[in-house]
Amino acid sequence: MANIRFRQVGRVFRQGGQAFVALDGVDLEVADREFVAIVGPSGCGKTTCLRMAAGLEHPTSGSVSVDDVPVKAPGPDRAVVFQQFALFPWKSVWDNIEFGLLSLGVAADERRRRIEHYIGLMGLTGYEQAFPHQLSGGMQQRVAIARAYVLDPKVLLMDEPFGALDAQTRVVMQEELVRLARQHPRTVLFITHAVEEAVYLADRVVVMSRRPGRIREVIDVRTIRRSERWDDLPRIEDVMDQASFVHLRTHIWKLLREQQGSEAH
Amino acid sequence: MIGPALERNEMLRLTVAGSVAFLALWTLAAWAGLTSRQFLPTPWEVVARMGELIVQPFAGFTLGAHLLSSLQRFAMGFVLAVLVGIPLGLAMAYFRGVDRLVTPLFEAVRFVAPIAWVPFAALWFGTGIGGPVLIIFMGAFPPVLINTYRGAKFVDRKYIEAARMLGASALRTITQVLLPAAVPSIVAGLRISAGLGWQSLVGAELIVASSGVGYMMVKGQAAVSTATVMSGMIAIGLVGLLIDVALRRVQRRIERQRGL
Repeated sequence: MANIRFRQVGRVFRQGGQAFVALDGVDLEVADREFVAIVGPSGCGKTTCLRMAAGLEHPTSGSVSVDDVPVKAPGPDRAVVFQQFALFPWKSVWDNIEFGLLSLGVAADERRRRIEHYIGLMGLTGYEQAFPHQLSGGMQQRVAIARAYVLDPKVLLMDEPFGALDAQTRVVMQEELVRLARQHPRTVLFITHAVEEAVYLADRVVVMSRRPGRIREVIDVRTIRRSERWDDLPRIEDVMDQASFVHLRTHIWKLLREQQGSEAH
Repeated sequence: MIGPALERNEMLRLTVAGSVAFLALWTLAAWAGLTSRQFLPTPWEVVARMGELIVQPFAGFTLGAHLLSSLQRFAMGFVLAVLVGIPLGLAMAYFRGVDRLVTPLFEAVRFVAPIAWVPFAALWFGTGIGGPVLIIFMGAFPPVLINTYRGAKFVDRKYIEAARMLGASALRTITQVLLPAAVPSIVAGLRISAGLGWQSLVGAELIVASSGVGYMMVKGQAAVSTATVMSGMIAIGLVGLLIDVALRRVQRRIERQRGL
């Protein structure tokens, strides 16, 4: 069991004597092994939510807990995949993936077994001794995902992990993540501003509004995914072609568009 | 570079032209009799004197032995500066308390020229090895400390966050993240340190030593042998250049490894 719970979470930033509300009354529960994506315009506080679950930032009101334990500091039980990868440039692919396992005190045999498993799974075989700068963006993000999964964390926190990738690489990575998520189900909180990505990957999509950042609507994708048998379709473009998919996507788009409209006046 | 690019040949020609012009001016000045010939030897007199110094002992040793003695002192002072400067710089970057404790003291002391320590070097160590080492240390230490501190302090936040997320202890964060992140800055600092340390060394040897290139130069002055003094200057310049070239190589290799 591993769940993430946001209870009436608020976050106020102060800038030059002025306070502005970044997050207001966010209530959200990500259930065990559930994949939840948060979408919203930039500045809606979605990344702040993820960073609070990671322990990299703290709420000014309310609470964030994982497994009913309030989050205080970052730790390997809540692995983060950053948008900018944040791989250590001075360490090889292998050493990057091993870094967290060494903190956890995992024995050498076990380390080797787990690293090899994820290197194979993420298609990194042959690149074990390469350095990050020798790899493409997509390959670097595979390393970052392997580095997170190898810790066997309670929850995975992904902050726009594919945001820095080109469109083609992005699609490949989305398919791989779905494959990985099925093979190793985990509690996942996934931040993105790409609506299709959220609908394709998530069990539930949380739509946020900005100024202040609030939850606008939570959309259940899982029910439709099951009834429409999306998982039987091999490719992302086939899923995106489904009327049910298009309908959901359009619905979310409209929610986001309304905010743009409300901002104009 | 800010101005327009030059061709390789053109650059080489300019370098040669500069050196030739310098030697020509020097020769002219020596010939013109602006000062006594004894006080300004010609370039070839210096070269001849250098040849003599290499084979015949002067002030107790040959030029090579003087250089070796200087290099030993330099190595000791420099290594000491590195051994203290790098760990202290990293600790200052990681622990705010250490930063507060050390920075004000350091900022006050670093503006004192290394040579200003000569009286103490003489009083505490006489002509023993400690005096020159102290002065070299005073010259070489500040750049190592400053560059380590800055390199580690301004490491990209995302690496620190990644390390914390991956459960790294303070010690592992310092040795596995701050140190490697600061390496390019540290190596740049080492180059400055080596230069300042080597410069301070000669100053130290002028006063508190009984061997070394600086000592040889003082003895040359006493013997009114300006060619000896100039030979010392040239030897210092060449060795300094060699040290810098060696460190520059290290720097390039590290940058290549990082894909910079």
